[in-house]
Amino acid sequence: MLTISQVGRRFPGGTEALRDVSLTLARGDFLALLGPSGCGKSTLLRLIAGLDQPDSGHLRWDDGRPPAAGDIGYVFQDATLIPWASAAENVYLPLRLRGIPRDQAQADVHAALAKVGLAGFEAARPRQLSGGMRMRVSIARALVTRPAVLLMDEPFAALDEFTRNRLQLDLLGLWRDSGCMIVFVTHSIYEAAFLARRIVLMTPRPGRIDQEMQSSLAHGPETRLDPAYAALVAQITRAMEQALESAPGSP
Amino acid sequence: MNTALLPSLFAALAIAIWEIAVRATGVPDYLVPGPIAIVRAFVADPTGLLVSLGSTLVVTFAALLVASTLGVLMAMAMAASRLAEAAIQPWAVVLQVTPLPAIAPLIIIWVGDPFTSLVVCATVVAFFPVFANTATGLASPPPELADLFRLYGAGRLRTLVLLRLPAALPYFLTGLRISGGLALVGAVVAEFVAGSGGFASGLAYRILEAGYRLQVPRMFAALVLLSLAGVAINSGLAVLGRIILRWRGDA
Repeated sequence: MLTISQVGRRFPGGTEALRDVSLTLARGDFLALLGPSGCGKSTLLRLIAGLDQPDSGHLRWDDGRPPAAGDIGYVFQDATLIPWASAAENVYLPLRLRGIPRDQAQADVHAALAKVGLAGFEAARPRQLSGGMRMRVSIARALVTRPAVLLMDEPFAALDEFTRNRLQLDLLGLWRDSGCMIVFVTHSIYEAAFLARRIVLMTPRPGRIDQEMQSSLAHGPETRLDPAYAALVAQITRAMEQALESAPGSP
Repeated sequence: MNTALLPSLFAALAIAIWEIAVRATGVPDYLVPGPIAIVRAFVADPTGLLVSLGSTLVVTFAALLVASTLGVLMAMAMAASRLAEAAIQPWAVVLQVTPLPAIAPLIIIWVGDPFTSLVVCATVVAFFPVFANTATGLASPPPELADLFRLYGAGRLRTLVLLRLPAALPYFLTGLRISGGLALVGAVVAEFVAGSGGFASGLAYRILEAGYRLQVPRMFAALVLLSLAGVAINSGLAVLGRIILRWRGDA
């Protein structure tokens, strides 16, 4: 669906955020970009979204054109909701920006909120919601356009562990139902191992891909107790340690 | 005890002590009049003073209207283009740091029409807070939210209307409140500078006039009216701001 070839990105000021990154993404993938801070995972996500352009290399979508507005959903670490608007108004925003009238969008907005378990909270303001519920609204906002690609930048990093576990499970359900491709940036080995089918290890300064690992876990509520999950976590941990040791300028 | 009552009680006490002190020491009215003498001076010619107050308030509100319109427009221009920012910012600061009495004579000579020159003078003083606050508010949305608007294909104008302007509303209201008080100060200072030049009915003129005639209680009466007007403008704009924000669901 998307081919990323030898992409490099250097910021003004000289920081080399990405060097020689190549990756192929297929429809329906659930891919985790895993690595410590400063390894360029967020930069790579912004390049995929088209919010930033590479200095070298290129990104090529299957149909040759960058996706249209609404084909890509984006979820940030903070919920980044509009504080003066209700949950429903926040979810309506992507449709509104595409010129869809409110009454036509209403069914989609309600469905998206129901999908993330927030039916009945349409009128609530962001400040009346908990951190986990705000993140759910944010996910509903990203899903309301039924995107083919969902980009998530450490969306659960600021949540407590119980909320995070719950949302991870719900996200897997949403992924299975919607069939969209998810690129999930995280610095948590446990999260990457639990969620993703493909786990891409990245190392910092400059950000580059070290290796990719596959997961064939069942991905259910029992997965966290599965010895195969513990083995995968151990395998990733070992690989990550090796990668960071051999990487130049490692911490 | 009700804390809202406390300031009024304190004021009543202070006024009582003032009256007693004036009577006990036997200071003449033309040096320090007591509160009762001031009230008597007001009652002797209420229309004269109130008409003057009205004139000063008309100048104040005209200036506030012009200052907030110009302030918002210039803040929007600055948010829209870096060039405009580079062009406007230094002049706004120059305008803010220049003392009004220093430029008022020039404005009065240039503008000619007395009413207009008073409004221009008061506008110069009232402009900066509403301008600077609105500019801050327009820049206040997090960059992620601006990215989201870009992702869904919103241009600068839609981002301004749907994101930056609503985000600037609380900042604008705070600036308006500060500018309201300053517009009154500016109007009075300009009246002092203009003296009797054609527009002879402002409160400042009444103060000067009473001063020449050694009618010190009348000077005080005019002063009290000015203070009350200032307090009313400040709290009126504060209440207006709260009503607007509550209507939007902010508070």
